Amino acid sequence: MNLYSRLSIERKRTVWAWGFLAIPVTFYVVIRFYPTADAFLLSFQNWNLLGQRSWAGWDNYVRLWNDPAFWQVFRNTFMYLILGTPISLVISFVIAYHLDKTRFMHGLLRALYFLPFLTTAVAMAWVWRWFYQPVPIGLFNNILTNLGFTQVRFLNSTTNALPSILAPAIWAGLGFQIIIFMAGLRAIPQTYYEAARIDGVSNWTILHAITLPLLKPTIVFLVVFSSIGFLRIFDQVFNMTTNDPGGPLNSTMPLVMMIYQTAFSSFSMGYAAAQTVVLFLVLLIVSLVQLRLLRDR
Amino acid sequence: MSEVSVRPSADALMRAETAYRPPRDPVQIIRWTLLAMGAIVMVMPFVYMLSASFKYPHEMFDLNIIPREPTLENYVYVLRDGRFLKWFVNSLIIATCVTVSAVFFDSLVGYTLCKFKFRGRYLVFIAILSTLMIPTEMLILPWYMMSLHFGWLDTYWGIMFPGMMTAFGVFLMKQFFETVPDDFIEAARIDGLNEFQIWWSVAMPLVTPALSALAIFIFLGNWTAFIWPLIVTTRSELYTLPVGLTTFSVEQSIQWELIMTGAALATLPTLIVFLVLQRFIIRGIAMTGLKG
Repeated sequence: MNLYSRLSIERKRTVWAWGFLAIPVTFYVVIRFYPTADAFLLSFQNWNLLGQRSWAGWDNYVRLWNDPAFWQVFRNTFMYLILGTPISLVISFVIAYHLDKTRFMHGLLRALYFLPFLTTAVAMAWVWRWFYQPVPIGLFNNILTNLGFTQVRFLNSTTNALPSILAPAIWAGLGFQIIIFMAGLRAIPQTYYEAARIDGVSNWTILHAITLPLLKPTIVFLVVFSSIGFLRIFDQVFNMTTNDPGGPLNSTMPLVMMIYQTAFSSFSMGYAAAQTVVLFLVLLIVSLVQLRLLRDR
Repeated sequence: MSEVSVRPSADALMRAETAYRPPRDPVQIIRWTLLAMGAIVMVMPFVYMLSASFKYPHEMFDLNIIPREPTLENYVYVLRDGRFLKWFVNSLIIATCVTVSAVFFDSLVGYTLCKFKFRGRYLVFIAILSTLMIPTEMLILPWYMMSLHFGWLDTYWGIMFPGMMTAFGVFLMKQFFETVPDDFIEAARIDGLNEFQIWWSVAMPLVTPALSALAIFIFLGNWTAFIWPLIVTTRSELYTLPVGLTTFSVEQSIQWELIMTGAALATLPTLIVFLVLQRFIIRGIAMTGLKG
């Protein structure tokens, strides 16, 4: 205490600052940095959870490169992104654009669109899974047959299963995107619109020449943010394909699920770690490319 | 004073612009009708989930929304099992503890990095921010190995420890503490408060909107978290609600009315709470989301 009281005011504050940071810095070192390094290290090792970790060099990466299942999973993961991001952004922009111009019961409509965002993905995956069942169980097929259409095989078809699993993920994320879009729309100064109106510009031109360009920061944020979400999809796939994980025929298996299975069903920890490194690189590269493309234009 | 920190666009979004008269203009009528139909489609999954949970099996697959013979039997069956209540309590305890810890430490670190000038603070900030680039899935294997080594598997602590602090929260709170004037802190120092008291009783009350937004996000994130609790727990008594619901639904296999009851029990309590808080959440997203 004596030592402390002899310090200058400046020094005392530094002592306080490091005092405040002591536990958090320890946390970040032990729970974030060390595991990150360990994941990279493990990707160059073999380990089955029980014995010793042994050095494997690039074996896990070579094995991954030569694994046809991995390339299928890689394609699936990008399918979730390529379908999910544009579809969800277009839908949410259209809704936000019109909701922004609507006054009557605005709060209620917004709340209804926002509702799915507040749910647990697991619970909703089961609800949608029920909807997708064949006649006489599933809601969608019951509606289709009542209207005179033929049944659609949603979850047990290699072509339809992935979009079917993606649908609840898009649905659950719309509310968030709508709110972000609406906040972005409100941030555009009204004077631009007033000037355009005086010039007698059409609504379409206003949208193209004013709204979308000024909304660009919002769009960039949402593209990057939702892409990361779709590349990491797991909860929905896990719960909608419990009878045949990632199926049928691996057609819905995303990278995160492959990691989960490699680590906790096959116990190939090193191989799974190599897959997590690939996931990290995919996320990093996709985000950087998107930022680059969208910022430059 | 506490409103200082709210972004103008977030405020604009929340300003009640509800008109009580239906639109007259034909374009507006069409727009409103289509939006309302879209909103109904959005909530249909809930409506059918709820409706199914009150139906007998034989009525389960009819398209009517209001059950012809409503029953509470599904709820009695699911709740008598007892596990759901346990899972609910687990989720509640875990999400609450993680939220309290993360909000406390994130704002403490954000404040320190914002208001103290000392060597190394920039490095600490960059180091913390850099962890945002690492996907959770990458850390899961080492976390599992740690938990195995220290005996944290199948414990509350095992489920909670990865989320006790968040880099996003540090970043967010640092931004919001920028709005707290240095004069306030200086004045408090002259009044003889120590640095902890200044943070806790002078700075913190000025950023309550940000704190509540952060708390809601972290709670919601942990309440719905799936992959880590799935990995770190093997005993049913320690499952969180999402993990419990998965095992429960797999067990029921084709008894969809029971699965829907489970889904309703997992969704509704929080859904109601969050609907009440909806305005705060939307404002929170609007003021924090854009900063990301």
